[in-house]
Order: sequence, then C-alpha cells, then structure tokens
Amino acid sequence: MSSTDAILALLSLRSRLKPLLRGLGWLPLLFNAVHAQDDDMIFSHFKAERLEYEGNENLHLFKWDVQHWIGNDDHKLWLKTEGDYSADQDIFGRADLQMLYSRNIDTFWDFQIGARRAFEPERTFDAVIGFQGLAPYFIEVDSAMFISENGNVLGRLSLGYELLLTQRLILAPRVELNVAAEDIQYRGVKAGVTEFEAGLRLRYEIEREFAPYIGFDYVEEESLREHHHSLRAVMGVRLWY
Amino acid sequence: MAIQHLFHCTPIKAKMWLPPLVKAYALVVAFGPSFASADTYHLDISEQSVQLIGKAQQAVVANRGLPAPTLYWREGEQVNLQVTNHLQEQTSIHWHGIVLPYQMDGVPGISFDGIAPGQTFTYQFEVKQSGTYWYHGHSGMQEQQGLFGAIVIAPRHQHQTADRDYVVMLSDWPEADPHRTLARLKKQNDYYNFQKRTLGDFFADIGRLGFWETLSDRLAWGEMRMEPTDLADVTGATYRFLINGRTPDMQGRYLFKPGEKLRLRFINAAAMTHFDVRIPGLKMRVIAADGQPVAPVDVEEFRIAVAETYDVLVEPQTEQAYAIFAEAMDRSGYAHASLTPREDWLAPIPTKRPMTLLTMEDMGGGHGGHERHGQSGAEATHAIHGERLLPEKQEGQHTGHGEAAAVSGDNHAGHDAEPNVEQQVHSGHASSAPMDASEPSVPSHALLSYQQLKSEQPEHSLMGAPNREITLRLTGNMNRYIWSFDDIKYSDAEPVRVKLGERVRFHYVNETMMNHPIHIHGLWQYLENGNGMYNPKKHVINVKPGQTATVDVLADAEGEWAFHCHLLYHMDTGMFRKLIVEKAGYVLH
Repeated sequence: MSSTDAILALLSLRSRLKPLLRGLGWLPLLFNAVHAQDDDMIFSHFKAERLEYEGNENLHLFKWDVQHWIGNDDHKLWLKTEGDYSADQDIFGRADLQMLYSRNIDTFWDFQIGARRAFEPERTFDAVIGFQGLAPYFIEVDSAMFISENGNVLGRLSLGYELLLTQRLILAPRVELNVAAEDIQYRGVKAGVTEFEAGLRLRYEIEREFAPYIGFDYVEEESLREHHHSLRAVMGVRLWY
Repeated sequence: MAIQHLFHCTPIKAKMWLPPLVKAYALVVAFGPSFASADTYHLDISEQSVQLIGKAQQAVVANRGLPAPTLYWREGEQVNLQVTNHLQEQTSIHWHGIVLPYQMDGVPGISFDGIAPGQTFTYQFEVKQSGTYWYHGHSGMQEQQGLFGAIVIAPRHQHQTADRDYVVMLSDWPEADPHRTLARLKKQNDYYNFQKRTLGDFFADIGRLGFWETLSDRLAWGEMRMEPTDLADVTGATYRFLINGRTPDMQGRYLFKPGEKLRLRFINAAAMTHFDVRIPGLKMRVIAADGQPVAPVDVEEFRIAVAETYDVLVEPQTEQAYAIFAEAMDRSGYAHASLTPREDWLAPIPTKRPMTLLTMEDMGGGHGGHERHGQSGAEATHAIHGERLLPEKQEGQHTGHGEAAAVSGDNHAGHDAEPNVEQQVHSGHASSAPMDASEPSVPSHALLSYQQLKSEQPEHSLMGAPNREITLRLTGNMNRYIWSFDDIKYSDAEPVRVKLGERVRFHYVNETMMNHPIHIHGLWQYLENGNGMYNPKKHVINVKPGQTATVDVLADAEGEWAFHCHLLYHMDTGMFRKLIVEKAGYVLH
C-alpha cells in the first residue's frame, strides 16, 4: 500500500468514524478534573493504548483500542472501544463500544459491569461483567464476560506487560484471547478459542503521554466458516491524557 | 519594626541578596530592645510571574517575593499579622510549628474560614517560643506555588551564638500546575519515576548477585507490584530544587569571613522532597531541631524531611568557597548555593551520588500482602515497644529485633549499632537484603540520626505512663494514589479526640513504602528516642517506610488542630485528620 493510499484510507476512516465521534462529543466536557471534596476529587483519564496500522502483504488494517474513565477513587464510569478497519475493502472488521460502571474492590482491582454495543460485523448488544486491574508481577489484566441477548456467553482476556530497556524505551508483550462457550450460528462463532492474538510492541515515550511504537502481532482466528492465522507488522502510537 | 525584604526570582546581584538583611538582623539581635511589643506585619498575597525554569510561570507569593519575606519576631512579642488576599481564590497562612490559639492557626475548614478574595485577616497571638520556623499557605496547593517563608524568633534571653545568621530555605518548584501533577499521579502513579529498574539493571544484578538471587528479588517486588526505586512520588523529572528561591543556575551566595562562626537555619519548605544536606569540607554542628535547642551533635550530613528545620553552626577557617549541597533523597536533582568569602567565588558542585534502593525490610519484611504484613508488623513492634522504650542503649535490642521481626523495623531499635547508615533509606538493614545497593551510596561519614537528638531542656511530664495510647497506621494505595490513616481518607474519617491535659502516646506505624513526615499543628510531638525526659520535641516526625515511630503529645492547647502527613499530595488525597483537644465536659465540633 502506498503512502497516498494510507492517507486516503485514514481520511475515509475519519469520515466513517464521524458518527461515532459525534456520539462521544460530550466527553471533552469531562476531561478537566472537577473538585468535590478535597480528597475525593473527580478525575478523568483518556488512554489510546493502541492506535495503529497493522498489516502484511495481504492485509492492511487500522486498529484502535481506546479506554476512557471518569470518576473518583471508588466509582468510575468507563468507556472502552476497540475495532479494526480494512483500508483495502473499506469495511470495519470489528467495532464495539462498552459502557461500564467500575467499582474499586481491592487495592489493584476494579469490578466492572455494563453493556457492549457491537457495530460491526453485526449490530449486537451484550451484557458485560469483568475485572480490570494489575496482577502480581505487574501484569495488566482486562477481562470480560459478554452475555448476548440470546444468552450466548463469550469471553475476552487480555494481558499486558512492560519491560524497560531504558527509562523511555519500553518493550511491551501482549496477549489477547477471545473465547466462546458454544457455537453461535448467526454470528459464525465457533465454540472454544475464537481469536488468539500475541504481540510485541517497542515504544519510545517521548513524553509519558505520547509514545510511538513498532512491533508485530501473531493472530489466529477460528470461526465456523474459516480458520486462518497470520503474522502482521504494526506501527502506531500510544497516547493518553 | 520587623525587618522584611524581597527576594526576586530573577537573578540579581548577590550583594543585593543576603548581607544587608543579615547585618540588620544582627544589629537587632545584638543591640535591639529585648522587650515585648506589639508589632504589626503586613503580608499581601498575590499572583506573580516568575522565571525559574526558563519560561514565565505564575506563582502565588507574599509581598511579591519567592520565598515570602523572612519574619523576625521576638519571644514574648504580641504579633499582629494582617494578611490581605489579592488572589481570585481563597488563601490562608499557617504558622508552622508555632504554638498559638487554634483560631489563629490558619487552616481553612478547621480553625477558621480562610481568607476570601479581597479580604484581610488579622492574625494575633503572643509568641511563646524562639527558634527557626516557617509559614506557608494552607489553601489548595498554594504552598507548592510559592507561598512560603521563614520565621526567626529571637529568644527572650539573647545569647550570641554566631557571628552571622542565615536562613537556608529549601524548596521544590514544579514545571506544571500542581493540580496537573496530582492528576498525572492519579492516572499513572510512577509518572515521575525515571529511575526504574531496567533490563540492563537486571543483567548487572545477575553479574553481581547471581541469577537466582536477582530473579527472586525481582519476583518479590513484582509480587507486591512495587518498585524499589520508588523513593519519591514527584521527582527531579519535573522539579527544580531551590535554596531561598534560587535554582543552582542562579547561584545563591552566603558570605563569610574565615574564622567566623555561622548559624545556618535550614528549613525544608518543599512540598514533596526530602533532602540530604551537606557542606563538603565543613563539619556541621546541629544545635536545634524544629526550632528547639538540642545537645550539639557534629555531623557531616543530615536528612531533612519535608517541613522540618535544623539549625547548624559552621566555622569555615580557610579562604575558599564551600558548597551548600542539598540532594533530593532519590538523587533526581539537587539544590546548591555557595558559602563564600568573596562574592565572585562560587563553590563547585560536589559529586552526585547514586540513588539507593528500598529493600524488602523497608516494606515491612514483606512478601506479598503489603497491608496485611504491615499490620502484623504493627502489632509486633507495638508489643516490643510497650515494654522497651526506656533509655537503654540498644545493642541487645538490635539482635532481638532482627529476630523478632520479619516484620517492620522501627525507629528506635537497631540503628544505634550502625549510626553511619542511619540516614540512608535502607538504614541498617541493607546487608541482609536481597538487593544490596549500599556499597556505592552509603557514605562513611557522620550522619545525623533521630537517636542523637536530645533536648536541652528536660520535660518532666514525660515521665511515667501516658494517659492514653493511640496507634495510627500510615496507609495508602500507591497504585491508585490514595493516601490515608488507618485506611480511611480524611473526608470519610471522624476526628481524633483527646482531653485537654492528657499525655497521649501515638504510635505511627508506616505500612507504606514512602517516608511520611507527620505534622501536628499547635502541639509538640516528643519523639520517643530513648532519651527519657530529654526526648526532643518536634513539630514534624518523619516515619520511614515499614517502620514505627512513637511520640508523646502533651495535649496542652485546647481546640481543633490539623494532623497530617506534610507531603502535599499525600495530605490532599486523604492522609489528614482533625485532632480535637477538648476540655472536660465541653464538646467541640
């Protein structure tokens, strides 16, 4: 893919995302900390863990993985969205948005409950229950169970780690596992591991909040219709504020 | 009249700086009237642009100076301080370490309503003490934004101790708005730590300690989800460290003539930084701690916790410039000024030292379950304490302790045996620690320890059993940047209530990995350090990671007092209590 293609694809991605972004337009209002009681202030944290191009000779995707929370120490409202967009085919492979209430239940853990709206590949609603936090040995854990309108159960677990090469050059391995409890015909989902993703990203923190990275992902997908696996190069940026 | 003066934040000629002030002060001290009088002081609080990091920033200042003017009072004087607020927001001034009626203490929401924009508040009280103290804003984060100054109180019976008398005020200055700093810590608690352990350190440690020991150390820290380099929440990555409002580049100067005796009044006015202070080539004689005279101790270095003050005497004999060098405890930066016989001579910057690492012992000996461990540690140390607090020398106690405790070390035992490492972060325990970083960083010279502080005046009411004992656990959730006492934040907590006239013994059990300088307003804390009725009285007690400090508080001043960790962001996120001292049959709210 040439760089012109990439820019065009990005532009087209932007127009495709516009409705979604408009929906989130109220968020900036929440970005500034609001004072409540002195030690009970409300903060807000936007974090794009991954904003990236991912591809190989057959495949060109733009992926995002964005989370945003607002709240105090105990109670937070959490928004998560992730998905991918194929520049070649001008379609979203996946795109969803979760809205969760998050409660701090332990030093390192939040319990989360809420709903997921998937926009692609199909429009679905799921209830979500999950745990997010920091496991021993500094392993970042984000786990969720999704229960569909029809009672189908799906799960997602993602684990991340950071290894400091220097204070700013950081190697971050990551594993994500998607599972399904049973076959779901209409979604083409097959019971078992539906998607396995293992990746390695090397980022450089120009600022803590702004870190471009490169890396690769190994992806294995299993559905009722097909099975494939591929190795992809990634480049992108991690940013937060 | 009070001698007030302005410190400008832009570099100015050194000769405009301290000497006139000092001469004037020396005159007052030496020849001035020693009677009590009612003097009126004015402080105008306003916003002002400063140039400390190479670009203009807004500071909150008093009388247009950073630091605010040094206030010279006399013991017995009735002071009358008119503080006018020219800001758009509320302000307040707290007289740190000063014993006064609680309505004059200056903590909004506790002892008064704060000073509204445009308003003038008059603080009036009799000065009943002498020594080195300081004052600072107690509203929002104004203290971190520049609102602090020194207080020097001449004793009623003056005896000349020095030829020159200087205030050395240390502070930390942030690049960003302090609220932004706090927001960053809430989002990523290690935001400012750029000294974390890297892959390179891992291999270096393998070379030094062997593979399995290195691995088990990493696993132990990993299990707790903590970093051994986590000595300071906010570091030189954002801070400039100042002496009297000057960065090292601005080259502060203190003049002397060889053979003179100088009194240096060190005040740590930093919001978040403990400093290790030394003057290479000069021995420092510590003569006062937190304003109170102590039996002289000769040291080459001392650690000054946030909000503490130490007076030292130095007698430079040779015609050379000496560095007043205050390294941030985590070695992420330093403050520097010159003690010099000639204005154009500047002292070189001494060699910086590598940082030390926290050890498992600092963590309460813990493997996993940080809080839980601290708790059991608390009980154990408490038990030992109850019986063994008297002024015995502690060799036996040291061994006893080491064995009794896979739990926390405490402030009293153990350290006398190794006075040389006392002030280091990992104190005397380093040798048994899995991660021994002591070799390069523990200097071989005399460091001040709390054990050496011995009051000049005895306090007879310290003898016998206290009326009450209160154990206060210093707690926190580093990961989410929440700080508390007994796991309860200020906003959720009931006040601590004691009776007027009681002697209350507090055990501060530090279950966290950070140092916490604990400050009680309006009342003294007598540090239980084995000197009996000569235990030193302080307004701030620094409690090291994983350790316990015991203090006696004579509740001799009625009212509502603030009681908190003096690290600004710890105080603001909940490590704070109201302490109510009430008369029998009289309930305060």
